[in-house]
Amino acid sequence: MTSLSYAAPTSVDDAVKLLAGSAGLAKVLSGGTDLLVQMRSGRLKPELIVDTKKIPGIIGIREENGAFIIGAGTPGAVVEAHAGLNAAWPGLVEALDLIGSTQVQGRCSLAGNLCNASPAADSVPALFAAGATAIIVGSKGRREVPVEQIPTGPGRTSLAKDEFILEFKLPVRPARSSDAYLRFIPRTEMDIAVVGCGISVTLDANGVCTAARVSLGAVAPTVLLVQEAADVLIGHTLDADTLAKLDAVAQAACKPITDKRGTIEYRTKIAGVLARRVAAIAFDRANGIKNGKAH
Amino acid sequence: MAKTYVSATINGESAEFLCETQQTLLDVLRDVIGLTGSKEGCGSGDCGACSVIVDDRLVCSCLMLGVEAEGKSITTIEGIANGDTLHPIQQKFLEYAALQCGFCTPGLIVATKALLDENPNPTETEARYWLAGNLCRCTGYDKVIRAVMDVAADMRGETVA
Repeated sequence: MTSLSYAAPTSVDDAVKLLAGSAGLAKVLSGGTDLLVQMRSGRLKPELIVDTKKIPGIIGIREENGAFIIGAGTPGAVVEAHAGLNAAWPGLVEALDLIGSTQVQGRCSLAGNLCNASPAADSVPALFAAGATAIIVGSKGRREVPVEQIPTGPGRTSLAKDEFILEFKLPVRPARSSDAYLRFIPRTEMDIAVVGCGISVTLDANGVCTAARVSLGAVAPTVLLVQEAADVLIGHTLDADTLAKLDAVAQAACKPITDKRGTIEYRTKIAGVLARRVAAIAFDRANGIKNGKAH
Repeated sequence: MAKTYVSATINGESAEFLCETQQTLLDVLRDVIGLTGSKEGCGSGDCGACSVIVDDRLVCSCLMLGVEAEGKSITTIEGIANGDTLHPIQQKFLEYAALQCGFCTPGLIVATKALLDENPNPTETEARYWLAGNLCRCTGYDKVIRAVMDVAADMRGETVA
C-alpha cells in the first residue's frame, strides 16, 4: 500500500505548490462527503490530500458591491443560515439544502458538489441558473470562469491538476428577480435526483420575463444549461402557451440514460414537468409572492 | 507509515493522538482513543450511527479524517451524560423505549442534542427532517420522534399532558 500524505496549507500559493508538485494523484479536500466515500470504496487512490479549509476566505460569505461571494468550502449549513442569500437566491439555497442529511450539510460544499461532477448534483443546476462564476486559482494565477464550463463529464472537470476553486461570485440581483430549484425523487429526503431543475428569472413591472437561465440535472452526462428554455421565457409572462413551450424545449434538451432511478422516457417527461413547476415558483418569487420552500 | 500528530478537545478534555491520513475520525475515536460508543453502520455517511458534534456542527465521523480534528472540539455520545446521570434525552429514549437493538441510538441521541442546541422548539416535521440522516431499522421512528418532542418540551420547562 502506498502511503497517503496530508497537508493543510494556510495560503493559496502553498496549496497550489503542493498540488503541482505531487507525483501521484492529489485531491483537494473540502467537506470530504464525496471524497472520503470514493477513497473508502477504492475508486480513488490519491497519494496526497490537500485540505484547503485553512486558506483564508475559502469558508465564509461576504458582499462586494451588492454581489455575494461564497467561499468554495463553505459548509451547506452556513449558506442555509445566511439571511441575505435566502432573500436574494432562495433557489440556490434550497438546492444546496437538498444535499444529504443534516450531518452531510455540516460539511458539504458548493465547490465539492460542482467538482465531484455528478450529473445529478443538486446545487449545480441552481448554480448554473444563477449565472455564478468560479474564481479558480493555480500556478498560472487566478481566472474567473462561468460555472457551466467546469464539469466536462461524469467525475471530470476542466480544472488543471494544480488548480482549485477559491470562491464563487453571484451576480448583482436586479429588482424583481428570483430563482427556484426542484428535484424529483421517489421519497422526500436523502436520495439522488432522478431529474433536477433550476431556473432564475428577472421580470419587468408587468410580469414579463426580461432575463432567464434554465438548467437541468441528471438528464445528460453533465448538468445542462438550456438556452432554448431561457429563450421561450424571455419576452413573455408565464401563460399556458409559454409553459407548454418551456415543457417541450426542456424535454428536447434531455439526453438521459436509463438506470435504476428512471428510464430515458421517464426522465425526459419529468424534465418538462419540473421545468413548468420551477418556472412557476421562480416567477411567483420574482413577483414578490412568498411561496416558501419549493420542495 | 508516517503518522500525523493531532491535538483536539474530546468531550471537554484535551486529547492528543497519532493517526494515519486515511483513518477517519470514527476510526480514531473507536480504535485509537477507545471511545466505542460511536458506531460504524455504513461508513459512507448514509446512516448517521457515527454522528458526532464538531465545533457545534453535527457531522458523520466516518466522513471526516482524523487529521482534520486538529484544534477542533468534538462531542461524542460518551460526552452527553453528566457522569452517572443520564442526559434528559437519554432518559427520555429509555422511557419511550425509543430503541430496540440500540445500534443507531448513540447517533440519534447526539443528533437530537445538536437539534435541540440549535432549535429548542422544533416542530415534528423539523425534527423528522433533522433526523432523516439517522437510520433505524427497529423502531419505525415514531417512538424516537415522540421521545424527541417530549424531551424538547421538558427542556423548555413545559409539561406535556
